Amino acid sequence: MAGIAAYIINMRVVITGLGVCAPNGTSIPEFTDALKNGRSGLAHFPELERLNFSCQIGGMPTISEEKKRDYFTELQLRNFDSDGILYGVIAGIDALKDADIDVGGDEALFDLGIIMGAGTTSVAKFRESIYQIDEGKVRRLGSTSVPQTMASGVSAYLGGMTGAANMVTTNSSACATGTEAVLLGYERIKAGKATQVLCGSTSDGGPYIWGGFDAMKVTSYKHNDSPEKAAGPMSEQASGFIPGSGAGAVVLESLNSALKRGVKIYGEVLGGAVNSGGQRNGGSMTAPNSEAVQRCIKGAFKDAKVSGDAIDYINGHLTATVKDPVEIENWCTALGRKGSDFPYINSLKGMTGHCLAASGSIEIVSTILQLQGNFVFPNVNCDVIHPEIVALVSEKCVPRVAVETSLKTVAKSSFGFGDVNACVIFGEY
Amino acid sequence: MTTEEIYAQLVPIVKTYLPEDVSENDITPTSDLTRELNINSAHLVDVVLDVEDAFDIEFDNADMESLRTLNDAVAIIQKKIA
Repeated sequence: MAGIAAYIINMRVVITGLGVCAPNGTSIPEFTDALKNGRSGLAHFPELERLNFSCQIGGMPTISEEKKRDYFTELQLRNFDSDGILYGVIAGIDALKDADIDVGGDEALFDLGIIMGAGTTSVAKFRESIYQIDEGKVRRLGSTSVPQTMASGVSAYLGGMTGAANMVTTNSSACATGTEAVLLGYERIKAGKATQVLCGSTSDGGPYIWGGFDAMKVTSYKHNDSPEKAAGPMSEQASGFIPGSGAGAVVLESLNSALKRGVKIYGEVLGGAVNSGGQRNGGSMTAPNSEAVQRCIKGAFKDAKVSGDAIDYINGHLTATVKDPVEIENWCTALGRKGSDFPYINSLKGMTGHCLAASGSIEIVSTILQLQGNFVFPNVNCDVIHPEIVALVSEKCVPRVAVETSLKTVAKSSFGFGDVNACVIFGEY
Repeated sequence: MTTEEIYAQLVPIVKTYLPEDVSENDITPTSDLTRELNINSAHLVDVVLDVEDAFDIEFDNADMESLRTLNDAVAIIQKKIA
């Protein structure tokens, strides 16, 4: 009995597959190349201009009709209008394929779970349905309106396509969703309740998702003429985030299973933490409680049994808003490091925009690619770093060109509306 | 419209919803849509919407309850376009 308990307590969790559908790359090779070259996926959207948006640029993956048919049957594509599910399916199926897991057969796979998070999805389908209902034509909704618009739609679609039959669910915690999904999957495997879990998140894009942020004036209106040059996170010019969309997914697996299958291992999930600031002590629906952020980061280190000194690199939340210097300050305090002693730090949001519920998972994919590839991608459009940040950390910690360097232990954090925080620590295997 | 003409328009509609292991050739006028052609019962509402669009008619709930085979569909359609 003690042996089994020890087996479960010492269950190590590794990453065996990656999948991504991002504004600057809809496959892992394309995405990796974009990271190394600092390639932006931001573009101008005439529709946003027509609809009187202040921020008329954004990030949206480009998916051809042909590519859709690599993942969906013709029947599934009938009356299908759910970009969030589309992106999530692409990232999820690609991750499972990358992990060499045989899915889509006749059997239910009871050891494979799915935790694909979402914020607000299938807005287009929901809008179409709402208009039909308002016109008294509810019967026109057909049979797929519910599966497309229900919050767990993306996970349900992936479940049907793969046969995954462990926990199949969707979590939601605003911008922390993707990072939280990875931690939920990690905990499930560690508890011995699943052998493999597909973890990630997805977000639609477009006016109905982005409109609320435009109204709050947290996005930037200054770069409508030059989307690929929009002031990026940590820059002096940063004046609000650029909204994005897409999906990211990783396959987490028990180390025992990965070794038994003889598959490649990208790295290990060492631990992590999730908390909230209670929207107290400086925290609110939209602003973080700094003490809670620091607690989350420190909690992650403790769970992972690493010290702040061991962190080589941070993939930050960093959105290109006034909160960027606050995040840097929180990292400095939590790590007990500053100046030239601070680790490398970057933010993917300069290239992809803030992909909202998908941000954590797309950014985690970028984190793992860097960990495995021993490089740090550049912070784009950050020629002049914000003075409040330079006062805390050395400029060389904020690379503006890609850096090749050995990475052993890295941290990823996401902070979301609702004052929610998630931090995960990855290590090389 | 003759029975044959209606039937000819129905076959491609029904074919869309066939599962992978059932072929178009298995479709006959008396085939039960869900029990023999194995169409997912959730899709019956979609079949009805496609039929309504193709013939510019509307099924009511009673019509839907009596719809089991292609012959049933033909009968309902003929009643409504008469």
